[in-house]
Amino acid sequence: MAETLEIRWHGRGGQGTVTGAKVYAEACLSSGSYVQAFPEYGPERSGAPVRAFNRISSKEIRVHCPVLHPKVVIVADATLLDAIDVTEGVPDDGVFLVNTPKDPGEIRKKLKLKTTQRMFTVDATRISIDNIGRTMPNAAIVGALAKAVDMTSFDSIHESVRKSFGKKFSQKVIVGNLYALQTGYKEVKEG
Amino acid sequence: MTTTRTVAVTGNESVAEALRQVNPDVSAAYPITPATDIMQRFTAFVSNGVVKTEMILVESEHSAMSACIGASAAGGRVMTATSSQGLALMWEELFIASGLRLPIVMALVNRALSAPINIHGDHSDGMGARDCGWIQLWSENAQEAYDNVIQAFYIAEHMAIRLPVMVCLDGFIISHSIERMEYLDDETVRNFVGDFNLVHPLLDIEHPVSYGPLVLPDYYMEYRRAHADVMSKVRHAVLDAAWDFERMSGRKYGLFESYRLDDAEIGIVVLNSAAGTTKDVIDAFRDRGIKAGLLKPRLFRPFPYEEVGEALKHLKAVCVLDRADAFGASYGPLFMEIASSVVPFKNRPVLINKIYGLGGRDYLPEHAELVLNELVKIEKTGKVKTFKEYIGVRE
Repeated sequence: MAETLEIRWHGRGGQGTVTGAKVYAEACLSSGSYVQAFPEYGPERSGAPVRAFNRISSKEIRVHCPVLHPKVVIVADATLLDAIDVTEGVPDDGVFLVNTPKDPGEIRKKLKLKTTQRMFTVDATRISIDNIGRTMPNAAIVGALAKAVDMTSFDSIHESVRKSFGKKFSQKVIVGNLYALQTGYKEVKEG
Repeated sequence: MTTTRTVAVTGNESVAEALRQVNPDVSAAYPITPATDIMQRFTAFVSNGVVKTEMILVESEHSAMSACIGASAAGGRVMTATSSQGLALMWEELFIASGLRLPIVMALVNRALSAPINIHGDHSDGMGARDCGWIQLWSENAQEAYDNVIQAFYIAEHMAIRLPVMVCLDGFIISHSIERMEYLDDETVRNFVGDFNLVHPLLDIEHPVSYGPLVLPDYYMEYRRAHADVMSKVRHAVLDAAWDFERMSGRKYGLFESYRLDDAEIGIVVLNSAAGTTKDVIDAFRDRGIKAGLLKPRLFRPFPYEEVGEALKHLKAVCVLDRADAFGASYGPLFMEIASSVVPFKNRPVLINKIYGLGGRDYLPEHAELVLNELVKIEKTGKVKTFKEYIGVRE
């Protein structure tokens, strides 16, 4: 890993997008990486588009500014695809991960991706409803991310989710999230 | 042997952790974004009984600093945290805390001042308080904020000093961003900070003392002169603290940080989080054979003029980046200190000043590139287009 991996998360206020970035950073930290996780602060309104960022590197990260050219873009809410340009600043070898039941090929066409760019989809909303009983797509997305981007082991992410949710939630919610994480990892599709 | 914990935390979380480890006697605070999170975390420590601190929740920052002054004069180890308008509301109390030589430690999460209202990071608050007699340490990231808070207690309570210390970190950019850093263990921090030494405590009724008496023209000037004398000793205490801190943590601190400056021909001077972004760009310029360097002040009050002047005098051109403007003055506040530092040298660098990042406006690598390219041109031609201008601003 020569350079810093930069990730941009798109979600809506209240969906736990920032928590997703945090959980992923903690997982990469436990694999020995240097990490950053930070949101873009604006008016905090539930349902409004929000962005969060990660930087992951084998070297100390000194830069403190927003990510402008993310290698990886995560869209936690597919309704954002019609509202904002999620491809902005993404390089030719960029990777997209979208929470949707749709086929990756369909989203690829919609976003007019280049052939060198990779496209993954995962139905994280359904997975979260099945496993947690409500819309909390984070864990399934982080699971899918573990497969789409080879930055940290699935075990590290598993441990990080367990610890992170263990602080705030009941055993039932933790177990649900861990199942969602596994299912996201298994079900993510590339196309 | 010192044990450390590698964590991914926000700047505010790191400051709250340092305060938990120091476990002060008294704290008084009033919430204000972006510093709120520090005291929110710390009051949880108080409620959960993990610190023995007496927490005083007050109705304003004016009262917060007043309560800190009372508690410190009474003989306690005292700390608080604030930002922006909160610091502004403490204004008269800041001078009282330093004039009474009270070793209060305060985290200042730097934020822009109203109006217009803005909650994001710039240095207007700290710069407005630069002459209030407090010591100021500035921090690039969460690690430095944590390390500086721990060292601040050592410096403030140093028996040759006894002055309040403000530890500055950038609002949101550092306070609310998660990044990797190292925590020291509790025992190491407590040993480093040591027991609190009482100096004329008000509550020692066997030895009654008076704080804040009226001093008229017959002695006021001697009193202020004594304050200036103490200020001149601060840099020794800061270096003592840094030396001891390095021995236990392995992390080196000084009065300022020099980055690739020894053989540099052009350089940038900048405070806090923008320094990290700038270092990456300096490396890229070095890879192209351009001898660029950086100086990041840490101790801003008292300002180490001689040492900074020595560190910069061999450069050909220097740009000072200010995240605050001094309205009506010719230049930004950091620029004026740097200009004073190099004045004694006959062959000194050409200085230019850029105002950036006000109210949380992003400071991007391209801004550092723009500045370095301009310095390269100045170095070659000796010509300066303009000595002061705003960058990253709509015209």
